[in-house]
Amino acid sequence: MIKIRNLTKIYRTQEQEITALNNVSLDIKKGEIYGIIGLSGAGKSTLVRCINMLERPTSGRIIVDGEEITSLNNKELRTARQKIGMIFQHFNLLSSRNIFDNILFPMEITGAAGSEARARVGELLDLVGLSDRAGSYPSQLSGGQKQRVGIARALANQPAVLLSDEATSALDPRTTHSILQLLKDINKRFSLTILLITHDMNVIKEICHRVAVIHDAEIVEEGDVLEVFSNPQTPTSKSFTSAIMGGDVPEGILGDSSVGTGDNISKLVRISFIGKTAGEPVVSTMIRRFDVEANILYGNIDRVMGTPFGSLTLELIGRSDSIDKAAEYLQSRGLKIEVLKDV
Amino acid sequence: MFSFGVIPIYAFINSFLGTDSWIVEGLLVATWESIYMVFISTVISYLLGLPLGVILVVTARGHILENTYFNQVLGSIVNAVRSIPFIIFLILVIPLTKLIVGTSIGTIASIVPLTLAAVPFVARLVETSLKEIEWGLVEAAMSMGANTWQIIRKVLLPEAKPSLLLGIAITSINLIGYSAMAGIVGGGGLGTLAYYYGYQRYEDTVMWATVIVLILLVQGIQSLGDGMANRVVKRRR
Repeated sequence: MIKIRNLTKIYRTQEQEITALNNVSLDIKKGEIYGIIGLSGAGKSTLVRCINMLERPTSGRIIVDGEEITSLNNKELRTARQKIGMIFQHFNLLSSRNIFDNILFPMEITGAAGSEARARVGELLDLVGLSDRAGSYPSQLSGGQKQRVGIARALANQPAVLLSDEATSALDPRTTHSILQLLKDINKRFSLTILLITHDMNVIKEICHRVAVIHDAEIVEEGDVLEVFSNPQTPTSKSFTSAIMGGDVPEGILGDSSVGTGDNISKLVRISFIGKTAGEPVVSTMIRRFDVEANILYGNIDRVMGTPFGSLTLELIGRSDSIDKAAEYLQSRGLKIEVLKDV
Repeated sequence: MFSFGVIPIYAFINSFLGTDSWIVEGLLVATWESIYMVFISTVISYLLGLPLGVILVVTARGHILENTYFNQVLGSIVNAVRSIPFIIFLILVIPLTKLIVGTSIGTIASIVPLTLAAVPFVARLVETSLKEIEWGLVEAAMSMGANTWQIIRKVLLPEAKPSLLLGIAITSINLIGYSAMAGIVGGGGLGTLAYYYGYQRYEDTVMWATVIVLILLVQGIQSLGDGMANRVVKRRR
């Protein structure tokens, strides 16, 4: 649905050049929710704004729904933009219009603001759950309600793609959740392709199918969300995943672990599990079957796109060969084991 | 020079104040002339100044019709006209006034310099109002495929409406001051009355009455402007 090829954006000022995007290539499939995550200044905002040419790329090509956006003239670009909806961090609703007229606005632009358009506004208000607020003005709504209007407005011209520029970054966690659920619902119902950018891993975790991690103007990692979560390859992705998975064991815990006595040794391990195994009593089975003791230091379980995904930090105490066997057993059950500290 | 006939109400006011009839009659006629001059000048200066202000905004760097060279030239012209003191401007445009109106004396003739002096002022006021609008709103409209004209008409102007209304009040109030100056060189209105009758004929009553009427006019216009702007803002809140 969206093809990005060798996209580069360089901002030139009199004193210096800043590379906001460096040779970025991505493919976003029809009907998927694709997330781009990065820290502020990584270039993610520039990337999403290049897709509807709010920013002109320095070089590279962007193809949306079969049309090469980067080669259009102004008039063709305006027509193409009508099929690319966009929502914003600060909503950008017109304070001079009530909610109804704000949603009608994009249809006025395309010249389709007849009675059919008015009926469409009614449907959209229904969809976002704001039918009773049609006559209100934006300043009378909460942040979450404003973003719902933003979404309704972005959908007015039945776009092929929805771009989301930090749409939940100005909202509290509960409102963020409800907005994400709405986006998920819209994605399913209309199989609408959604490209969103965020600095919040929770957003990725909650609704994205695939994710790209952007760092210093480049895509450093890309793939299925579960894959990136369970096996982050780069320091940037690791810091994002650990931020919500608690992957880092606090210093105090590492230091406090007891030292093995006699033949017994102590090993600090982190096991991570995905999907079905998360529901199996693997740890208690391991303790029963092998002569090891397990001291649970830290645990976390979460869901990524509905799949259970968790990690557990254990101190295993026992004879060296028992611990090795126990570890083999865990691996055979499909768990990933990482030794944090060997005593 | 007072073209209005004696209206019955004068007799009443005269008997009430115990003044000579020409003072009240003169005041009423002069007030009417001032309002008329200011109103027409305000209207025409907005017809010309509003588009000029919009052009100043949209051709600025980074805006929807960026043309920095044109923008700088236009800005310099606006600044040049604004830097001429009105009393000198009045004299400078006399040939032009004669060309358009046929004379440089009287109420209608005053409208020419008043309007011309107000146009760049209005342009700057409009520019300031439109620049206050969040760029995000323009971007949102662009992302929907709006063209330049749609952005101006459906985003910039409606969003700036309260501020534009206040600008109209400021312009008219400025023009009241200018019109008094025009009155001194034969422009009619309250300025003429105050200068020829109040100052040159030592009629203190006329002088003070003019000042009071001017204060009332300014207060009235400002309240009207505030009221209209507030009504728009209130509806949006």
